[in-house]
Amino acid sequence: MTNPKAVPPDGPVDAAVGAGRLDPALGAISRSGIPVPPSVHVDALDPARIGRPGEYPFTRGIFPDGYQGRLWTIRQYSGFGTAEESNARYKFLLEQGQTGLSVALDLPTQCGLDPSHPMARPEIGKVGVSLSNLSEAEILFQGIDLSSISTSFTINGTAAIVYAMYLAVADKQGVPRRKLTGTIQNDILKEYVARGTWIFPVRPSMRLIADSILYANDETPRFNPISIAGAHVRDAGATAAEEMAYTLANGLAYVDELRARGGDVEKFAKRLSFFFYVHMDFFDEIAKFRAGRRLWARLMKERFGAQDPKAQHFRFGVVCGGSSLVAPQPYNNVVRVAVETMAAVLGGAQSIFTCALDEAFQIPTEFSAELALRTQQLIAYESGIARTVDPLGGSFFVEHHTDRMEEMIVQVMDEIDAYGGVIRAIEDGWLQRRLAERGLERKRATDSGQQVVVGVNHFRKVDEVVGVGEVFKLDPGVAQRALDKYQRVLDTRETPVVQATLARLSRAATNDRENLMPYLVDCCHAYATVGEMVACLKEQWGEFQEPVNL
Amino acid sequence: MTAPHAAPRPLAGRRILIGKPGLDGHDIGAKIVALTLRDAGAEVIYTGLRRSPAQIAQVAVDEGVDAVGLSILSGSHNELVTDVLAELRTRGAGDVQIFLGGTIPAEDHPGLLAQGVSAVVTADLPLESVVARLAAALDTPR
Repeated sequence: MTNPKAVPPDGPVDAAVGAGRLDPALGAISRSGIPVPPSVHVDALDPARIGRPGEYPFTRGIFPDGYQGRLWTIRQYSGFGTAEESNARYKFLLEQGQTGLSVALDLPTQCGLDPSHPMARPEIGKVGVSLSNLSEAEILFQGIDLSSISTSFTINGTAAIVYAMYLAVADKQGVPRRKLTGTIQNDILKEYVARGTWIFPVRPSMRLIADSILYANDETPRFNPISIAGAHVRDAGATAAEEMAYTLANGLAYVDELRARGGDVEKFAKRLSFFFYVHMDFFDEIAKFRAGRRLWARLMKERFGAQDPKAQHFRFGVVCGGSSLVAPQPYNNVVRVAVETMAAVLGGAQSIFTCALDEAFQIPTEFSAELALRTQQLIAYESGIARTVDPLGGSFFVEHHTDRMEEMIVQVMDEIDAYGGVIRAIEDGWLQRRLAERGLERKRATDSGQQVVVGVNHFRKVDEVVGVGEVFKLDPGVAQRALDKYQRVLDTRETPVVQATLARLSRAATNDRENLMPYLVDCCHAYATVGEMVACLKEQWGEFQEPVNL
Repeated sequence: MTAPHAAPRPLAGRRILIGKPGLDGHDIGAKIVALTLRDAGAEVIYTGLRRSPAQIAQVAVDEGVDAVGLSILSGSHNELVTDVLAELRTRGAGDVQIFLGGTIPAEDHPGLLAQGVSAVVTADLPLESVVARLAAALDTPR
C-alpha cells in the first residue's frame, strides 16, 4: 500500500546550496561548533597524547589489533507485540547472520506497569515487547540458547527487574549464569533528562543501579550491567560534544555511587559500557569517540586510580540514524546510515545498530530491517575499512579535531560541575531546560536551512509522495492476548510464594545495606509481575517528581 | 544558532495546554513547541509526562485553554486522542481545539482529523508553519 503525502509542502526551499557552492559559513564550523580550517598542518604530532592502539590513553582504540581480533557486534534493535512474535523475529535475525539480540520492551514494562493498569492498555506491545513476568521471558527466548548469544535490553527504570528475569530464564534453561553475555542499559540519569522512563527518585534509583552492577560483577562476569547512554540527549538536541560530556558526567556519578557502596574500581570499571548516536557530521563523530575514549581513560586512571588497563577501557556501542533520519525522500536514509556507520567504525565502536530507512516514521518492515543489517555487513566485509586499527590516527586534521573536541567536552563537563554536579542539575531541571533550548536551536537551524538536510530544507521535491510502499502493521489483537496470558499467570502461580518473596523485597528495600538483586531474582522465579515488584519499591521510595519548568 | 527574532505575536492572548498523554517519555518535541508558542505570544501550560486523558482534559477545563497540543511518539495516538476528545466532551469542553504532534503515520491523519483533531503537526514541519496553523485554526471557531 502507498502512504499519502506526510509532509505538507510549506517550508523553505533554499537555493543557496543547490547552486553548487558550499556556503562559507557552513564550511567553517562543525555541527558541534568547532572551527574547521580549510587546511590543517601540524609540524609534529604528540605521540604520548595519541598513544598506540591498545595502549593508554587509548585515543587509537582499546585493542592493539582493532577489528582484526574481533569485529564489532552487529546488533539490530527489535521487538514488538507479544513474546511469541518477537521470538519469531529474533530467530529470523539470527538466521540472517546477526550476532547479538537487542530487545525492545513496551512502555508498560519500561514504566513498571502491568498490562492490566489503565495507563498500560493503549501502549501494550507498541514500542517493544510486553514482558510482564517470567513466563513471557520464557516464551521470548524459547529455542534460543542463551549461552551462545549476547542479548542487549534497552531498559532503565525497571532494568534490575528485567535483568533478574533474564537470570531466572537462564536458570530455567539450565545455562550457567557465568556464561551469560549481553547488556542492560540501566542508565537512569539520562531518563530524567531525555527519555522519560524514570520511576523512582534519583537517589534510590542510583542505589538500584549500583546493586545490579555489583551483583552482576560476581554472578555474570561477562555481562555489561550498564550502558551509559548519550544517545537520547543527542537525539533531543545536544551536540556531539555535549552528548559525550553529559555521558561522561553521568558515568562519573555512577562510579561515585559504586565506590560509596563498597565497589572496587578495578573490578566494576571493567564492566561499564557506553552508548551513543552517530549523526551526519562525519569528523565530529570520529573525533567524539576518540576524544571520549582518551578522556575516560584519563579520568579512571588519574581521578580513581584504576591501574588495570581494562578498567580504563571505554567500550561503546552506537546507533546510526535516529533523528538524523527524515520522512521526505526516505531512501536517502540508507545513505545517511552508511555514512554514519563508517564514522562509527573509524571511531572504534564495539557494537553497531543501524536504523532502518523507515524508522523515522514507523516500525521497520522486514525489508527495511534487512537492508539496515546488510549495510553493516557490506561495510564490514566489502569496504575494507575494518582491516587496520584506527586508520585515521595521525591525520593532521583528525588529531587536531580530536583535540578541539576534547576541549569542548571538558568545558561542558566543567559547566555541570560548576552547577553542582549532574544529580543536582537533574533534580532542579537545569539540564532538562538546557537540553530543550538546544533542541529549539537545532530545529530553528533546520527550519532556516542553516543546517542542511537534503530533501527537507534543500533539494526538496515539491508535491513529493512520502512513503516506502509497505507499512508494517501491528496486529490489533496484541493487547488482548497479552492481557489473557497475564491473567492466566495470576490464576496459576502460587500466590502465597509470590506474597512472601514480595514481602522480603519490601523489607530489603528499606535497608540500605542490602543488595536488592537476589530478592528480585526470587520474585521473578515466583512469577511475581514487574508491576508488583515496582509497586513494592514505590511504596518504600516514592516516585520521581518531574520538574516541569520550561 | 538562530537569534530569537523579535517576531510578530500571532498567538497573543491565547492559552494553550501542551500535554503528554500515555507513557511515552520523549518530550523534546513538546517542549520545543511549547517554547515556540510562548515566543509567538501564547500563554503555555505544560503537563509534564505520563498524564491520563482524563487528567489532561481536566487541566484544560480548569485552565480555560483555547487549545490542547498533544505529543505522542509511542504509536498509541489513535486510542489516546479518542480518549482525550471524549474526556473533553464529558466536561462540556468539546470546543477546545486539539493539535497533534509526534510520530503519526500519514495514513492515520484522515481518521484523526475526522474525529475532531484540528491539525497534525509532525517534526518535519517548520515551527513557523506550526504557529501559522494554530493561529489560523484558532481564528476559525469550531
